[in-house]
Amino acid sequence: MQQGKGPEETEPIKQTTNKYGKPDHSLKNKEPRERYILPGLAVLLILTVLISLAVGRYGIPLHQMWDILHSWITGKENPNNYEAEVVILIIRIPRILLAILVGAALSASGAAYQGLFKNPMVSPDLLGVSAGAGVGASIAILLSSSYLGIQLMAFAFGLGAVFLVISLSTAIGRGNSSLLIMVLAGTVISALFASFTSLAKYLADADSKLPELTFWLMGSFAKSGSYKNVIVLLIIMLAAGLPLFLIRWKINVLSFGEEEAQAMGVNTKRLRIIIILCSTILTASSVALCGMISWVGLIMPHIARLLVGPNYRSLLPTAMLGGSVFMLAVDNIARSLIAGEIPIGVLTSMIGAPIFIYLLFKGRASWV
Amino acid sequence: MKLEINNAVCGYGSKTIVNDFSTTVSSGEILCLLGPNGVGKTTLFKSILGFLRLQGGTILVDGQNVKTLSKQAFAKVLGYVPQAHVPPFPFTVRDVVVMGRTAYLGAFGAPGRHDFEVAESCLDSLGVLFLADRVYTELSGGERQMVLIARALTQKPSFIMMDEPTSNLDFGNQVRVLRHITKLAQNGLGIIMTTHFPDHAFQCHCKVALMQRDDIFIFGSAEEVITEKNLHDAYGIEVKVMDNHIKNYSIRSCLPVFEEIDPCPGISAT
Repeated sequence: MQQGKGPEETEPIKQTTNKYGKPDHSLKNKEPRERYILPGLAVLLILTVLISLAVGRYGIPLHQMWDILHSWITGKENPNNYEAEVVILIIRIPRILLAILVGAALSASGAAYQGLFKNPMVSPDLLGVSAGAGVGASIAILLSSSYLGIQLMAFAFGLGAVFLVISLSTAIGRGNSSLLIMVLAGTVISALFASFTSLAKYLADADSKLPELTFWLMGSFAKSGSYKNVIVLLIIMLAAGLPLFLIRWKINVLSFGEEEAQAMGVNTKRLRIIIILCSTILTASSVALCGMISWVGLIMPHIARLLVGPNYRSLLPTAMLGGSVFMLAVDNIARSLIAGEIPIGVLTSMIGAPIFIYLLFKGRASWV
Repeated sequence: MKLEINNAVCGYGSKTIVNDFSTTVSSGEILCLLGPNGVGKTTLFKSILGFLRLQGGTILVDGQNVKTLSKQAFAKVLGYVPQAHVPPFPFTVRDVVVMGRTAYLGAFGAPGRHDFEVAESCLDSLGVLFLADRVYTELSGGERQMVLIARALTQKPSFIMMDEPTSNLDFGNQVRVLRHITKLAQNGLGIIMTTHFPDHAFQCHCKVALMQRDDIFIFGSAEEVITEKNLHDAYGIEVKVMDNHIKNYSIRSCLPVFEEIDPCPGISAT
């Protein structure tokens, strides 16, 4: 604290004091690049969507694509290219929309959790939602349930696991559960549920059930890319993502710790419940629809933090848009790299881990 | 305004640590909580701030029980300056200080132009406006302490509580922070702070609450409370309290006595 006494400090004081004289200094002072990051990401997303329409095992010439999209948007009947039309409208567009939504949902809940738990190393499945969903899906697959049944079971067990973690930590903390106890309980419950999933794999019929289960656990948009799922996830995004988006500035305050946040007038208990509930619903629904997709919720908030800084006001939308672009790009690789389909969870891990290591090198100074 | 603590009983769970503590702080006053480690300063502190539920007694602001206030309303009355620590994310100082405006924002609110102006004027009043665009996590301990004080001021409270505002600061910064605290009180803020240095109470012209073991609390002006006997009773060490004459005023200070070496140096439990 030099208070402007040292010779080096005299100059900055003068500068800022002059600036302070201007009434709108505070808002104009935002870093300039922060202002074009969001529009830039939006443009990038549109470009990625266009590329995604063209990419795939079924090659579609650009003029056909234009024809199909044009008639789709204008609602006119298109007499040509019937086969390509099915590929674009029935397969690719819903799958693209789903990937966008899942990427945004996972990134939003990851970012919110990192703020709530005051830790940039946290991912959205911290409290056991993915492990729980895995068990739900395993049971449903073992019982030869329908695809809808698998999704519902995964969703219910995902929420159930988090509910269990919170009840457990509240009981341990005698009504006043600390975040640390919650994290520990989450680790325990995740491990427990993971062992149930292993048991399910062991019991599963190696010819039919085991491949289905394994494929589900690794995550994929292949089965879930339908308009119905897009609409379901869109509704969930509005119900759980919108509250998170609206309270996002307060996550800043919460990241200073519950006591400080409370002293600044935040109802920390209520805010914590809102964040956990919304994030859990977002993650559980993504996992239920598309299986386990790791790393997105962990690395996208980091990338967003490097781009626009830690303020959740711009961090959350940046992470969500970035998550959409990333998810979509990775899904393109998943469905076009080899003749079959690569499980997307495998790809996000293989791409996510090196990105994360790179981010650790690059962002070291600002986190430690 | 008046902050009254009446017969406060504080502790964790069913364990009571501070029993029957009463005192009053008015606007413009500084109350210094002194006492050995483990006597319950932090517990009392957290209970006044509402982080811990009071096991008994009441805390009143101008006669109104703070229990009846919402978190938001309470934050407009009482601000908190924690010990400077490093948060996990590299916020700018401006963003940190404007968080003090939380109590004035709606459920979905974010700070607007006016809030940033308040934040800047608070930074300016402490002489640290030049820090506004710096990254909070990269500041020195002294700078962080000033930013946290600015954040509490941005809250526009009538009272603030400071948890060892001089801890981890070098000698010069300790004095600078104390000067600012004295100035804030002169401007009408009521301040409760904890410290490990009895000298600070003399330097700030504080009221003092000296907490001793077995729920013995001694209240009064710094001169009344900080005596050789009371310090010995509280900390178990021999201390000389002396008058120093500087320029045209005199100020007391404490000097530990080293000649008689304690056979078993009383390092108290934390």
